[in-house]
Parts: sequence; structure tokens; C-alpha cells
Amino acid sequence: MAHTILEMRDITKTFPGVKALQNVNLQVQRGEVLAICGENGAGKSTLMKVLSGVYPHGTYEGDIVFENEVMSFSGIRDSEKSGVVIIHQELALSPYLSIAENIFLGNEQATRGFIDWDKTNLEASKLLARVGLKENPITPVSQIGVGKQQLVEIAKALSKDVKLLILDEPTAALNDEDSAHLLDLISHLRGQGITSIIISHKLNEIKAIADKVTIIRDGRTIETLDLRKDDISEERIIKGMVGRDLESRYPDRTPAIGEEVLRVEDWTVHHPEDSSRVVVDAANLNVRAGEVVGIAGLMGAGRTELAMSIFGRSYGKGITGKLYKNGTEIRAHSVKEAIDHGLAYATEDRKQYGLNLIEDIKRNISMAALGKLAKGGFVDAGRETVVANDYRKSMNIKAPNVEALTGKLSGGNQQKVVLSKWMFSDPDVLILDEPTRGIDVGAKYEIYTIINKLASEGKAIIVISSELPELLGICDRIYTLSEGRITADVPIAEANPEVLMQYMTKEKD
Amino acid sequence: MATIKDGVDFLASRLRQIGIFLALIVIIALFQVLTGGSLLQPANVTNIVVQNSYILILAIGMVMIIIAGHIDLSVGSVAAFVGAMSGVMITQWGWPWWAAIVGGLVVGALVGAWQGFWVAYVGIPAFIVTLAGMLLFRGLTQMVLGGQQITPFPTEYRQLGGGFVFPELFPAASSPLEWITVGLGVIATVLLVSQQVRARAHRVKLGLEDEPMAWFLIKLVFLGGIILAITFLLASFRGTPIVLVVLGVLIVVYTAVMNRSVFGRHVYARGGNQHAAELSGINVKKVDFYLFVNMGVLAALAGLVFTGRLNSAGPGAGNLFELDAIAAAFIGGAAVSGGIGTVIGAITGGLIMGVLNNGMSLMGIGTDAQQFIKGLVLLLAVAFDVWNKRRNRG
Repeated sequence: MAHTILEMRDITKTFPGVKALQNVNLQVQRGEVLAICGENGAGKSTLMKVLSGVYPHGTYEGDIVFENEVMSFSGIRDSEKSGVVIIHQELALSPYLSIAENIFLGNEQATRGFIDWDKTNLEASKLLARVGLKENPITPVSQIGVGKQQLVEIAKALSKDVKLLILDEPTAALNDEDSAHLLDLISHLRGQGITSIIISHKLNEIKAIADKVTIIRDGRTIETLDLRKDDISEERIIKGMVGRDLESRYPDRTPAIGEEVLRVEDWTVHHPEDSSRVVVDAANLNVRAGEVVGIAGLMGAGRTELAMSIFGRSYGKGITGKLYKNGTEIRAHSVKEAIDHGLAYATEDRKQYGLNLIEDIKRNISMAALGKLAKGGFVDAGRETVVANDYRKSMNIKAPNVEALTGKLSGGNQQKVVLSKWMFSDPDVLILDEPTRGIDVGAKYEIYTIINKLASEGKAIIVISSELPELLGICDRIYTLSEGRITADVPIAEANPEVLMQYMTKEKD
Repeated sequence: MATIKDGVDFLASRLRQIGIFLALIVIIALFQVLTGGSLLQPANVTNIVVQNSYILILAIGMVMIIIAGHIDLSVGSVAAFVGAMSGVMITQWGWPWWAAIVGGLVVGALVGAWQGFWVAYVGIPAFIVTLAGMLLFRGLTQMVLGGQQITPFPTEYRQLGGGFVFPELFPAASSPLEWITVGLGVIATVLLVSQQVRARAHRVKLGLEDEPMAWFLIKLVFLGGIILAITFLLASFRGTPIVLVVLGVLIVVYTAVMNRSVFGRHVYARGGNQHAAELSGINVKKVDFYLFVNMGVLAALAGLVFTGRLNSAGPGAGNLFELDAIAAAFIGGAAVSGGIGTVIGAITGGLIMGVLNNGMSLMGIGTDAQQFIKGLVLLLAVAFDVWNKRRNRG
């Protein structure tokens, strides 16, 4: 007989000027997996911060009832003591410490102040076995991949006798295989009586693993759907999140495809540190004016590496091959040369590679084409503001003005600033690397609309994405990439997830 | 009601920007009272300007380096080296004074290029490169000087550090006010007002002006008033120090470079996020290289001013200059992690240190207590900045 392990009653959290949460109610039964869905900014993270004590008792209204007791957590350590552990999207591991040291960080296995290393490593290997991670506990965390690091985080949570595990976007940075393993593990832990709350944008994962889904919109709980009883479609969940029906997740477009704009021939790239490793292997591809071309590939297939090496050789060593723009060979050995030849590349990692987060919107937008605003080496700041304001309006960037810092914007709005930056550089070819990663459904639709508009203006567009439905929804043609080789060039009429996946996993003959 | 609230909000947002200037004014007022009016005596104001000029020159280059996310520990040694080299050029090589000044600046540029090469193209952290430079150029200074001081320097050379603009045209005795200085002050005020009015007109034309007219007028009257007040004080003593003119030109030029030039924007972009800058087509290595060349030239200029003022080049010259310049930049609001800072902030920070030094000396406070207090001011200024940022972030 299931009984309630956690109940959050009428939680209201106010920041100066904003009500982030308003009378949120939430119930989780022992041993179930609850998914929380909502657009970015809906209040999911705030709610989890209230639950885990990041916002201590007294800074919010309402009650948290955990195991039939009203809790008043004063901080993370306090909530962890009760068995509530949160794993954040950005992993909190120390890269140069070993797996075992990380697992017991802050909870060291010590006798009389001295660390008992045998016990530390022994206990760690037991925990690693529980999460299904086959690694030596003395391996430094920096030497294992993100997927395995995620498992170390869970092992760390298990070491604290976790009863309620909260995972914030656990698979956002994982490839399909690691994601599948993680989801299996969560199901497995459910069998051991561990309750989980998962925040995720990936609706197919939610459908696969969660028992119930609670939808939050504008700081309020909208509804809780029971996935075990009813047949709930992804569209049904999206409708709850955005508060309206999305007739289609992808806007319609009638392609008007012109001449070839960019052609890449025999493109080979080696790893920058290990020059014997071939990352991109004799790739051939082309893209025409007004065409949206997708690149599909699993994590590690070399998608980003291919794109960045084309974009002014910003990745890789020992690059060979030829680039043709409008039929003539071009030289793009630096990012500057690539931009001058009309190429643009919007990175998959906005925060690390795309934006200057401590700078405002207008200076980010002008960054790649400052020369267009300058006379004699000096920038016309007035015109810069006017240009940025035009983009703020046409791209629907939600900010009071263009002096707002980009670091304070939501993911979707940050992405619109990145796109504005590259649109202002007036490219002929736009390479968009995971343009909708970490962006909520409503903003995704806006980004797709922008991509369509750019294509209709005659730009050639290459989209790299991990989400096959997205590529199938917006592309005219899809290249598949496997182990650095282009394995197929699939017209959209012949493409479906099964066909693409077959080519994406095609191994070397 | 709404308009009053808007006005208050506007003032609050501006006060954050001008907090550092208010701090300088408060400190000046404080010492004016504590020293019984000695601080703002014409002779003392001239003294503060001349005494701090070389630190302020260094602070301009330093804040740019810090904005780019680097640091330069070698500027004191470089200043000493350039001073010594210029002495050698004059006394041993028989160069004329102007050639020694030009030669000194070239030496500074070469030193900067040397350090820029290691930082930008080899990829060694600036902290290490300039720590090595600090030792290298201190050692070279002593080798060049052979353990001796070079003194005296030609009168013309010394003007850079201690001279005044056209003193012989209007000897101080002939009039209570020195008219060249008054003229320069009025010209500077007119230039400032006309530049501000034109900039505002440009913004209004583009429909961007959000600054209330009243605030604009207050700002103009205030800035103009300060320039005229300093003019009056300088004119009552011996006139305009040449180094003040040099400094004024540097401040105007470098403010424009950092605010409005493509190069300046690249420096901010590089310091804010190096990867994003690279992927936006900015040649980060080139930016770094020229920043250090620029710092070398400014360190050379500081060395020439200092040597001229002391009328000697010694092996210990410029000791700890780097720390004063770094402190000026940070007190002036530069961020340790790069990407944030202004030239005018660094100058204000340098003046705060300078007024503190001067005021405490006038009061007869010993150098031990002075160092203690300056250390405290640096710590508190940066702590305030950190606290302020955290509060704004919410």
C-alpha cells in the first residue's frame, strides 16, 4: 500500500517584485517516480530549491511534509540528513579527486580525524556496483565521461541513505546510451524503495519512466497526470505546459531551394591533442540556398567537430580537404576568414562558447560584426543600440531593454541573442549546433520559425541536433554521421527515426 | 507619483555607477577638514597631481590588462629600466633629450612585445610572465646602471616630470592667476560641454535618450565645475604641470579607445568570455599581444616622468609601482575575473590612493599606519564591489 512520502502544501515563494511560486501543491507516494514538467522559468527549479533547503525555511510560505512530519530545512546539509538529495544539472564533482573521494566528499570515512582509505574505497566500490558503474574508485572523476559522472553523483546520494532523490535535467548532457542506462537505474532504485523526482524537458523519457507527471506553469501547479492509468500523449503534456494546443511542434514551410552555396570535399580532421586520432574522416557534404540540412549523429560521432573545423578551423589539427563557396574554392583558416566568407556558427554551448554573460544584449549582438558599426576603428554606439533594439523586437527577445545582461536571460532568450549576433553578421551559410538545447517548448517553436524565415531569405542552413524528431520536423535533407564518417544523405521524404538510427550506428566496414 | 518614483529609481541606478566618484569626493572633503584646509591649497593640489601622475599613467594600462583577464607585475621594473636606458642614452651615447624620450618609449614597446609574445603566442599565464619580467627588468636595470645612479638629466627632459606649460610667458609674480592655465581650463570645459551636447543630440535623434534633461544638466554643471575649480587652484600656484596635460590627453584617448573603438570592445569581449570572443572572429592573441605592447609604452612613459621628476635614474626606482597601479584598477571597480572595468574608474581609484597618501602625510601619520590604512581601503573597496554585485544579482 503506497503512502505519501512528501507533500508540499501551498508553497509560495516571492522574490523582490516577482512571485516565483504561488500556492504550489505537490504529492509524491513512496516508491514512485514523479516527473515535473514546465517551460523554462515556470518555477520548477525554484520549487526544488525550496524542497532541498537551498531557500531555507522562513523564506517561503507553506509547508513541506516529509514522512508525515512538517520539515523546516535550514540548508542543503539539513535536508540531506533527512534523506532528500538533489542532483543539479551542472554536476558538483571535483574533477581531480577520485570517484571514491567525491562520493564521500563532506562525509569522509574517517576514524579519529584520519581518513580510512581502505574503507573509503571499499564502500565506494559497493556503491558503484549498485549504480552499475564499472570503474575503479580511485580513478579521477575528470577521466570518466559525463554519463558516468552522473552515476557517481547518484552513488554519492546513495551513500547518504537517500529516500527522495531529485534529479534536475539528468539526461540533458548525456548521449542516448548513457541516458537509457540512467533511466534504467532510476527504475531499479524505485524497486529498492527510493522515490525520485525528475525534472526534464524530454517528454519521451518522462513517458518511459515516470509514474506521474505534475505540470507547473507560471509558478502554479496546473495538473498531475497519472501515466500508469491513462494513455497520455506527449501532446497532452505539452498542452498543459504551454496552456494551449500546439497544432504542430514544427511550423510549416514550403522550401524554395536554389543553387549550391557551400560544398565540403574530403574533409578530414584530427584530434587537437592526439594527432593520430581521426575525428572527421573524408566527409563530403553540401548545402544549397534556402535549404535546411540536418546532421544527425550520436554523441562522439564528430558533429560539433565537423562544424567547428569548417568554421575557420576553430577545432582540430591536421585538417585536409576543400571548401567551396558558390562554386569557387575558399580559404578559411581563421574564424575571421570564415565570417568574411559568409559563414556563421552558433555553438551548442551558449554559456561557455556563445555569449559574454557579463555583457549586455547589444554588445553581444554586435560582437561578430563590429566592423559594420564602426568608422575609422570607432563604433557608433547609437546605431549599435538601434540595431540591437530591432533584433530585440523582431526576434522577440524578452528583456526590458538591450542594456540587460545576457547572463540574466532565460535559455531561450539567450539563444535568440546568439542567433541575432549571427544574423547581424549577414552570413550566407548558418551552422546551428543544437539550436534548441535546454530551451522550453514555446521558445523552440520560435527558434524553428526563425530558422524557416532565414531559409526563405535564401540562407543555407545546417542544423546539428541530437533530437531526431526535431531534424525530421525542420530539415529538407539529413546527413548521418558515424565515427566521423558521413554514412548517408537522406532526403526528408525517405527519412524516419529507424532509417536514421541505422545509418548513425553504422560501423566501419 | 509615478514620475517621482521613476526619478528616485533613476537616481539610485546612477548612484551605483558614480559611487566611486562620491567616495573620492568624501575622502577629499574628509581630509580637507582633518588637515585644516591644507589639502586643497593650490601648491598641494599641484603636488598631488605631479606626485601621482606616473601611477595614474600605469593604472590606465593596467586596467586594460585586467579587463582582458590578465595582470602585469612588471611595470615598476619596466619603468625603472626605461628610466635607466634613457639615462644611458643621454649620458653615455650622447643622444639629445628628445631622442632619449622617443628611445625610451621604443624600449618600452619592445619590452611589452617580449612579454606579449610569451603571454599571447606561447600561452604562459601573464602572472608568471610578468613575475619573471619583474625580476628580469629589475636585474637589467642594475646591469645597465652598473650599480650607480645617473644624474643629473637635461632641463628639457626634466620638464616631463616637473615642468609647467609655458612658465616663462607669464611669471607667477606678474598676476594672481596664471592665464595659460585659465585658458586651458576654459577650453577643456568648452570641449567637454560641446562633446556631451553633441552625444546627447545624436542619441535623441536615434530616439534612445533615456537620461532626464535635469540629470544631464546637473552632470554638466558638476563636471564643468570640477574642471574649473582645479583650473583655479592650479592657476593660483605655478600653472599647469606638463604631465597633467599628458595625463588629460591619455585619459580622453584611452576612454574613447575602451568605450568606442573596435579594439576596446575586443578587449572587453576577450575578458568576458575568451571562447565566445574567439568564435566571434576576434583574434584574441593579437588583442593580448597589443595590450602588453601598450602597457610597455605606458610603463616607459611613467618611467620617463618619474626619472624626470627625481632628476635621477636609480636601481631601486619604480619599486612597488605595480601594486599601486593594480590597487587603483581594483578600487576603481575592475573585476578580478576580467571583462569589467573602466579607465576613468582606475584613475579615480588612483586618485583615492593618492589623496589618502597625501592627506595622511600632511597630518603627520607615519608610513606604517599609511600602509595599513591603504591595505584596508583596497580590501573594503573590492569587498563592497563584490557585495554590491551579489545584491544586484538577487
